[in-house]
Amino acid sequence: MKTRALPYLIATGALVGLTALAFAVGRYPVSLAEIFSLLSSKITGSESTLPANVETVVMQVRGPRVLAALVVGAALAAAGTAYQGMFRNPLVSPDILGVSTGAALGAVLAIFLSLNIFFIQMMAFAGGLAAVALVYGIGARLRGHDPLLALVLTGVVIGTLLGSVIALLKYLADPYNQLPAITYWLLGSLAAIAPRDLAAAAPLALLGLAPMLLLRWRMNLLALPDDEARALGVDTRKLRTLVVTAATLMTAAAVAVSGIIGWVGLLIPHAARLLVGPDFGRLLPLSMLLGAGFLLAVDTLCRTVAPIEVPPGVLTALIGTPFFLWLFALARKSW
Amino acid sequence: MLEANALAFGFPGRTVGHDVSFSLAAGEVMCVLGPNGGGKTTLFRTLLGLLPPHGGSIALQGDALKTLSRREIARRVGYVPQGQVSGFAYTVLEVVLMGRTAHLGAFGTPGERDRRVAARALETLGIAHLAERPVTQVSGGERQLALIARALAQEPRLLVMDEPTASLDFGNQVRVLQSVSSLAASGISILFASHDPDHAFLAAHRALLLAEGRVVALGAPAEVIRADTLERLYQVKVSVVPVGGGHTCLPALER
Repeated sequence: MKTRALPYLIATGALVGLTALAFAVGRYPVSLAEIFSLLSSKITGSESTLPANVETVVMQVRGPRVLAALVVGAALAAAGTAYQGMFRNPLVSPDILGVSTGAALGAVLAIFLSLNIFFIQMMAFAGGLAAVALVYGIGARLRGHDPLLALVLTGVVIGTLLGSVIALLKYLADPYNQLPAITYWLLGSLAAIAPRDLAAAAPLALLGLAPMLLLRWRMNLLALPDDEARALGVDTRKLRTLVVTAATLMTAAAVAVSGIIGWVGLLIPHAARLLVGPDFGRLLPLSMLLGAGFLLAVDTLCRTVAPIEVPPGVLTALIGTPFFLWLFALARKSW
Repeated sequence: MLEANALAFGFPGRTVGHDVSFSLAAGEVMCVLGPNGGGKTTLFRTLLGLLPPHGGSIALQGDALKTLSRREIARRVGYVPQGQVSGFAYTVLEVVLMGRTAHLGAFGTPGERDRRVAARALETLGIAHLAERPVTQVSGGERQLALIARALAQEPRLLVMDEPTASLDFGNQVRVLQSVSSLAASGISILFASHDPDHAFLAAHRALLLAEGRVVALGAPAEVIRADTLERLYQVKVSVVPVGGGHTCLPALER
């Protein structure tokens, strides 16, 4: 098999460049020289000669935010890649089984109950997991149907139900204190990321990533009709449960810290597939690189393009829609 | 190789077939004929262990099928489905390599030996030149051959083929039947379903006629494929005529 290293090299190079740029630009510009000098003094342990506020901006303000964009982008793209393969459909996004709606309901409920940010994140995470567990539990019991179809339809129905509960809470919420916070959360943001949030989300995202990496070959067989995959020796029920769990964990961890940021998990795996084909082992790493880079670029734009912060979910949609249509026209029939 | 004894089969809550018994020897080809909805696909899915039997028993190389794991079954039986378009543009080689799954560990990826087996399977079916082509961009006949190659990559003792010639043009039908014959000559047992009784004459040692889930006849094609059995199967008038040392079926149209 040919090694097709080029897309990975380009994506890695672009990601490194973007990361340096993201540290440099903003309300308080930092030069690349300053960033590298700070980096080398951190590595060698020598005394930094830079002004203290440069270090504060890079390490305290931009550092967590840049890292969060990378982690959230990569996690959403990885989950999207897994789900698109599993549902044999390139139009599937990581929230197809209701993880985002469930997380949103958890967060909105926490805001409605005036709980603090820690509980908002906890309830978002728990809400996401609970919604998918509910969808999966019901879907698996609808026997006599195609298991995937049962799962998708249950996801749609439960998602709609949870959505109307969110609407009810918004209707009941205090329009001056709670409603803006709810709206802000539903639009997604990386502005208020603290190192603590990352420390909680990153291990969970990694925990979700591990089975996907280990099962990268076997994942391909989930793209086959159920009977065929089983006849080839795969226990599809077990594998599918594992993949749903892993992808849900990744998505819920991401959504809990960033709120709902759409499009990354839909668009990125699709773009990666056009570059390296559908084999999951090749697709997953590229998808994560592109996802991390895309969200970092979007978030950097969000905080620099206008005097006020633009919600990243709005920007991903503005960039994503035309890009997706372009890809779609490019791809013709084969994904 | 494969033995079915008083087998009843169907979907959860609905039994569609009763009292099917047969055995298949190594290197033997059996063609299953029957009308649409006669239970052919359901029988095959049961024989592959994809549906639990509703009664009776199945034995594979002397082992009760229900005691074998999915992985163990996949190492003994290759399944060739009707060639549908799969959603993603995997290359033909990638599709064939998927046949190696049962020989890999849960976290394994195909290695050198797996690639050799896949390449040999492509060679056997005469489609080695298609290896790097996306499976979504080859013809229906080529895709069917790729699916047979995938089943061969399982290194099975038995191939179960569900209407391998469906929706293929005449030339590709002959090519598929040719590969059925040569695979059987190499010692693999083959069970295949067809809508064309002539295929049984051409490629099968025995024919099993299945209607409404019951065995109408089972035996050498020349003995069981007759005007009366075909009329019972399909409710049309057919004459079976000897030609060139074999037989062929001629439907009699009303004028």
